[in-house]
Amino acid sequence: MKVNLDQDKCVASGQCVVAAMEVFDQRDEDGIAVLLNDSPPADQADDVRHAATVCPALAITVEE
Amino acid sequence: MVSVAGPSSVLVVGASAAGLCTAEALRRKGYTGRLTVLGDEPHLPYDRPPLSKQVLSGAWTPDRARLRTEDALAGLDAEFLLADPAIGLDPATRTVRTASGRTLRGEVVVVATGARPRELPGQAGLAGVHVLRTLDDALALRAGMAGSSRLVVVGDGVLGAEVAATARTLGLDVTLTGPRPAPMAGTLGPLVANLLAEVHAEHGVRLRMGGRVAALAGQDGTVTGVRLEDGEVLPADIVVVAIGADPATGWLGGSGLPLDDGLVCDSRCRAAEGIYAVGDVARRHDERLGGLVRLENRTNAAEQARVVAANILGADLSYSPVPYFWTDQFAAKLQIHGTLPTHADADVTVVDGDLAGRRFVARYSHAGRVTGVLGWNMPKQTRLRRQELLETHTDRTSRSVLTPTAVPGGDDAPDLRSGHRAGRPPVLSHGPGGGLPVRPAS
Repeated sequence: MKVNLDQDKCVASGQCVVAAMEVFDQRDEDGIAVLLNDSPPADQADDVRHAATVCPALAITVEE
Repeated sequence: MVSVAGPSSVLVVGASAAGLCTAEALRRKGYTGRLTVLGDEPHLPYDRPPLSKQVLSGAWTPDRARLRTEDALAGLDAEFLLADPAIGLDPATRTVRTASGRTLRGEVVVVATGARPRELPGQAGLAGVHVLRTLDDALALRAGMAGSSRLVVVGDGVLGAEVAATARTLGLDVTLTGPRPAPMAGTLGPLVANLLAEVHAEHGVRLRMGGRVAALAGQDGTVTGVRLEDGEVLPADIVVVAIGADPATGWLGGSGLPLDDGLVCDSRCRAAEGIYAVGDVARRHDERLGGLVRLENRTNAAEQARVVAANILGADLSYSPVPYFWTDQFAAKLQIHGTLPTHADADVTVVDGDLAGRRFVARYSHAGRVTGVLGWNMPKQTRLRRQELLETHTDRTSRSVLTPTAVPGGDDAPDLRSGHRAGRPPVLSHGPGGGLPVRPAS
């Protein structure tokens, strides 16, 4: 799995961190999401797909 | 992906976020049967939150609000039937009739028809009066604003406040009116709503709060203003009515399904054998809160869809989410996790930052329990504070009240026709439930 995060689209909701905190974090100053690992292991894959689904800004895309 | 057992066919009625996410979750979980998505609008699935912000302002072209690319939709292997509203459902045979005369059957039917904006009496025949729920609504309003100078927004909920901010940013003369003392006071409580009122006033939005609308004023079939009950007329050449939304269940009348401020479901989001509801239209039993709850927000659509899809495929999951919504107005970005009690004895404490700096996190408690956190331009810290909410959320005796929505048309403003509030609070009791929102395994 390859994860892409478009920080220009991000609205800092933090929903991705709630869904997959091993893979996403937020910047302290403005809450914009940061990708910690763009190739997460298989046991985190479902959480990452869920993060992409609940992102209100559609800023996360996943290539399987 | 491993193929899983499931129904031979699933018919999803509704092609917006909740319906689309249900279809996607079914496929992601390995469902290989027939999948049909029926939508009443002509557009491919799009996102509603940007309509009152980026689409209305023109910062985004409409296609940027699309939920998925055409390639992604094609990859779903689902049949999309658009521009064809459902007009009836026979629960016994799970047959849906449509406006164009189609008869569609699903072994499972998912009701995801959303909500419809309320209107004021006399609104229908008057040019220059708008609601905002759909993409077409947003484009019509944007076009209308381009040729107008004085806008009155009726409704002090999140949608009305967002529209006022967007229109003011575009340079219109904007008046916002509603029965509460400040914009979003019914959602945020007085402390934060008063700060929001300051922000609007500083940007030149005229606030006429605490009054009720008597009627729309018009001449020759075109709106000329909004008359308040105290006799004052707010002059306007364009009016936005944002007084809340009703769940779109009209087409289910006569079906025998339980309808009461939404399609009533059990804690599994099931309304009847083989019939599920998801998104704004679903009023489900919440095991944690011990009452019926209907949420109108974007995140709920995606999260509930995941549970509904799992249950369709044989899981037995209850759904009891931590509600989340956000709103952007001028430079203020607000994020709300959980529910915010707004009554007088609610405890609102600023726990990070400060109000004067307009960068803070507020914690809302009631009866000694944290029920929600609100962030104002402090997103990461707000999300971290969500943890305190979870600690309460898992408490089996927690109580809460509902916050409404951040979706166009899904507003919390009062129903001016009948005088009661939209999104009526659920009957809450110290329920036997508990636990976090269930995260189904894939």
